[in-house]
Amino acid sequence: MQNSVPISDDAHHQPVAKRAPGSRKAVGRALVLLASLGFLLVLLIQVLRTTGTITAGFSDWRPILIAYLVWAAAFGVGQVLTRGERGQRALFLLPAVFFTVAVVIFPTIFGIYIASLDWNLSSIEGPRFSGFDNVRGMLNDTYYWNALGNMVFYTVAVLGEYAIAFGLALLLSAEIRARKFFRVVFLLPMMLSPVAVSWMIGKSLLEYRFGPAATLARYLGWDNPAFFASPWMARFSIQAMDAWVSIPFIMIILLAGLQAMPKEVQEAAKVDGANGWQSFWHVTFPIMLPVSITVLIIRIIFKLKLADIVINVTAGGPGGATDTVSSFIYRVYRDRSNVGYGTALAMVYLLLIIVLLTLMLRASKRWTQKVE
Amino acid sequence: MVISTVASNPIRKRPAAPRARRMLGRALIYAALLLWTFICLFPIYWTVTTSFKSAVDVTQAHLIPWVDFQPDWKGWRSLGLSPDTLFGTSTARSEFMNRFVNSIITSVGASLLALVLGSLAAYGLSRFRYKFAWMRNDDILFFFMSQLILPPVVLALPFLVLYKALALLDTTFGLILLYTLTVLPIVIWIMRDQFNAIPIELDEAAFVDGLSTWGAFLRIILPLAVPGMVAAFILSLVLCWNEYFFAALLTSTDAKTLPVMVASQTGSQGINWWSMAALSTAAIAPLVVVGIFLERYIVSGLTTGAGK
Repeated sequence: MQNSVPISDDAHHQPVAKRAPGSRKAVGRALVLLASLGFLLVLLIQVLRTTGTITAGFSDWRPILIAYLVWAAAFGVGQVLTRGERGQRALFLLPAVFFTVAVVIFPTIFGIYIASLDWNLSSIEGPRFSGFDNVRGMLNDTYYWNALGNMVFYTVAVLGEYAIAFGLALLLSAEIRARKFFRVVFLLPMMLSPVAVSWMIGKSLLEYRFGPAATLARYLGWDNPAFFASPWMARFSIQAMDAWVSIPFIMIILLAGLQAMPKEVQEAAKVDGANGWQSFWHVTFPIMLPVSITVLIIRIIFKLKLADIVINVTAGGPGGATDTVSSFIYRVYRDRSNVGYGTALAMVYLLLIIVLLTLMLRASKRWTQKVE
Repeated sequence: MVISTVASNPIRKRPAAPRARRMLGRALIYAALLLWTFICLFPIYWTVTTSFKSAVDVTQAHLIPWVDFQPDWKGWRSLGLSPDTLFGTSTARSEFMNRFVNSIITSVGASLLALVLGSLAAYGLSRFRYKFAWMRNDDILFFFMSQLILPPVVLALPFLVLYKALALLDTTFGLILLYTLTVLPIVIWIMRDQFNAIPIELDEAAFVDGLSTWGAFLRIILPLAVPGMVAAFILSLVLCWNEYFFAALLTSTDAKTLPVMVASQTGSQGINWWSMAALSTAAIAPLVVVGIFLERYIVSGLTTGAGK
């Protein structure tokens, strides 16, 4: 990508030429071809070395990474040489595309391959192809289904977070003093690392013996304030912590929506004699519906990744009651080093997420259209 | 303070609502605001004060310094960060500083890389029309955004295997690549919005002046997009600083970041509350400062990122 800048200056000397001249085109094509051959050669050598056919080669695969970078740079230069102005435009997009292909698309495809292996990193025998055995194992894995069930709870709980966040956004958009102070304070929890929050709240504030929350609960008459002992209580406690961290995000988006709302609409509702409650349900809420749906979908996407807090506070316990899919797979790897099985679980989860989100986007589109 | 002058207006317009009821309404609003302020701040307050407590003060749930307990540098001493240990040698401190620096390098590096890649792609998507096979601009944008739904677990294990082969396991560079990937969609989204807000006539004027496509971008458009870049950078910084999942799986000794260190300490039973509290305080302090002073950018980043 560094190479591209001088070349673009080079092209700038002949701004009239929309298409590059023939000789430059040939050079560009040759460059890309050469780079591709070089990349394939390095790859071939390394593959042969790994399979044990030849002894030459590199000790690890890092040269492949460098070869890929060189190839990507050569491809970019080749684009400019062969396609001129249009090549220069492509140069804006190419770095991000090459990067994404290298770190997302390739690992995901590789992951699908791993998912079909019986591969335990701690056992002596290496990976062994097992087809759909991992998926079959998953069907009988009650812990996985349990984790999926918990995800349903956590996802539905987003509605609760939304309700609180909406309330806070309304409070902040009311006529109050020191609005800036409250806004900064309400935003703070979002900035904190979930791991630190796990300790600050999960392990110390909610601690059974001398956490202040437990002390308060005892004072209020709850004899046995164990926040993580019974399954439902533990689930609610984890959810409360996650809500504490993420409500600010929802609140900020809703607040921006409320502030963008035309003032006249509410004035009109007031003139029509609507009280606060009515004007909220008949005016504010419908106008905020598109923003609400967007923020809910984004929030659900992030909720489906929930792991840090669960891993650090309960490690999925008691008896898997608080497990999320991510934290469960984390333990499958950490405790059993089962790469193949863990990846298979993750891939199934990804499929489920894609299906769920597609349905949600469809539904939300239809719904917002109906309202309009 | 500006707010209060604007605020008094609509209240007077309201027809003859009994004065007492209105006062009650306002009191309720402030009560709710103060309650939530307490909920937001108490855990932070608790953590900071606990780092100055001794064992007795922790078990007896003392809350207010100087009133019901005498603050002491206990937690900070265990990290080697109290005034009396600050200039001596301390293994705990050197470990902490190492993790702290790792966190800074990783999050700043990833945010910068994402900003460069994302700004270029966003400018391209906002100004030119691409066609790649069946993919048009909207499809390409969707391709980038769709990475957001990818849960970390899907990538974590393949990356573990790949990084082992690439000798990138437990390196800062390896983490930077992954973190860049997680924030890239957000940066592209914010920056595209930013570039769309800059009139295309400016590009055209630059072309007339004889600048090339890249010249116009670097000299004219990019300086105008700085506010958006700052917002995208800070938002990425926050996300990268707090990331735990990848760091926990892919680092072991050299490249460990602060969240991994905090987590490894919480795992052990019978930990000292004061040292844990000091560690947590140190881990959240940079972001609390960012949150207080750069709140404006975070809000603007979030609202362009999600509000449209």
